[in-house]
Amino acid sequence: MGALDGGAVEACHACSSQVPSLALNRLPNTSSIKVIATAAAFTGLARCFTSVRAHWLGCAPELVPRIYFANHTSHVDFVLIWTVLSPAQRRVVRPVAGADYWLANRLRRFLSEQVFRAVLIDRNPEPLRHPIAQMADVLDAGSSLIVFPEGTRKTGPERLLPFKSGLYHLARSRPHVEVVPVWIENLSRVMPKGEIVPIPLLCSVTFGTPLRVSEDEDKTAFLDRTRHALLELRRDRNIAP
Amino acid sequence: MTATGQGVALFAGIAAVLVVASMIGVMLQRREATTGRNAVIENLNSRIKTWWAILLAFWLAFWLGKAGAIALFGLASFASLREFLTLTPTRRADHLVLAIAFFVVLPLQYYLIWIKWYELFLIFIPVYAFLLLPIVAALRGDTVAFMPRVAEVQWGLMICVFCLSHVPALLTLDIPGYEGRHLLLIGFVMIVVQFNDVLQYVWGKLIGRRKIAPQVSPSKTVEGLVGGVLSATLVGMALWWITPFSPWQAGAIALVINLMGFFGGLVMSAIKRDRGVKDWGETLKGHGGILDRLDSIVFAAPIFFHLTRLWWAV
Repeated sequence: MGALDGGAVEACHACSSQVPSLALNRLPNTSSIKVIATAAAFTGLARCFTSVRAHWLGCAPELVPRIYFANHTSHVDFVLIWTVLSPAQRRVVRPVAGADYWLANRLRRFLSEQVFRAVLIDRNPEPLRHPIAQMADVLDAGSSLIVFPEGTRKTGPERLLPFKSGLYHLARSRPHVEVVPVWIENLSRVMPKGEIVPIPLLCSVTFGTPLRVSEDEDKTAFLDRTRHALLELRRDRNIAP
Repeated sequence: MTATGQGVALFAGIAAVLVVASMIGVMLQRREATTGRNAVIENLNSRIKTWWAILLAFWLAFWLGKAGAIALFGLASFASLREFLTLTPTRRADHLVLAIAFFVVLPLQYYLIWIKWYELFLIFIPVYAFLLLPIVAALRGDTVAFMPRVAEVQWGLMICVFCLSHVPALLTLDIPGYEGRHLLLIGFVMIVVQFNDVLQYVWGKLIGRRKIAPQVSPSKTVEGLVGGVLSATLVGMALWWITPFSPWQAGAIALVINLMGFFGGLVMSAIKRDRGVKDWGETLKGHGGILDRLDSIVFAAPIFFHLTRLWWAV
């Protein structure tokens, strides 16, 4: 599980900073047996431990470009979202992750580029190209994104940390794209920060009603609204004291 | 009839019941199709479909024999404990305790059945896990709600692992004249108690009026209880030929486990009500969670095991 740590977690720090882009957006066209088997292993494992259910409350699982934003509870969050997507969706819904972590060795490179088809953000402080522009390009190409606007995983009792501004800038740059809240329930108990062995507990992924940034909406108002929309989806089956 | 012959007859009988139930379901659906959707009938039909899946799982397990039965109930324990602990307030400091519960205590309990170590099977969770897990929790240093956390994890293990494991533990009993037929004993307790659940539901839906414990479970009625328990007891009596019991003995034992099954459902409903949920999970379509299907078995199995052991085993 350690192989999944880091990148996706920090991706949203990257959104808000001025960083360059490498040519990391290419999508492989075909899936080899190795890719299919690895993907099946990840989704199979996720289902064994969490028996994860998807609840499409506010929208249908369509293939239109969307920005899915979720609460960050564990370093395997995006695997859980990915598990409840259909194979067709998995081809076009791409998690945003940090390139420094996910290109660090062959295994991570294979997972991020071939299996999860992540949009890898370069976090060097030398800006070649803005990461928001890089993500916008992915949306323009017809794909969707998974982002974690809290920027880091929660360790305390807070339900949801304040959002970083990346989500606003991204939504502002493509105001027609639907911004969909995704609440991940219970995964923080399955695999809290710092633990190695996951605990089997039931999890669910709830997709809410799509939002759009309105013309005169400022950053604070939009981030408040999106954060509130996400909190509305929680099911509170996790009753940790 | 040989043990295999009786097993085949049993499965064929259940399949016949399910065929009739499926046909009734289709008929009701057709009749309602003209007047619009009916939630009760839709639920009934998805329940029946799930019953077919459960029958298939049992057929596969019994075909594999002793190992299959132990594995099936081990998996059921795993799924039940997962549902139970999902709704149990635990803290980060409990992580290791929960890992031990799932990956050490649960497999060991079923391994003890496999190697027929009866004495340890009986005290492993009530004594050893009971003492070990609080030690592990205390070493992690978090004292907030310590007592409820420790007690609820232990209760979950008792219900979902210890009690449930008494069903496959029937395989370890030495009953003179019943050699090679132990799987049928599992079949007996499962069929009788599940019929009890179903018949309580049917009687309750047909003529149920007086509620027994409206605060705990609004669907449990006196009419459902009496009708369900009595008719399921007759089912148990009619199945005496797959047991080491005489017809009257089979009926008496069926009565006891049916009452235990009813109260098991009531107790588990009280917990769900307190947690603010209707079902334990969503694994079994139409039924809810695995634990919603097994709550009655969990309470009936240890009593059935000990009654059989006390009077029929050597």
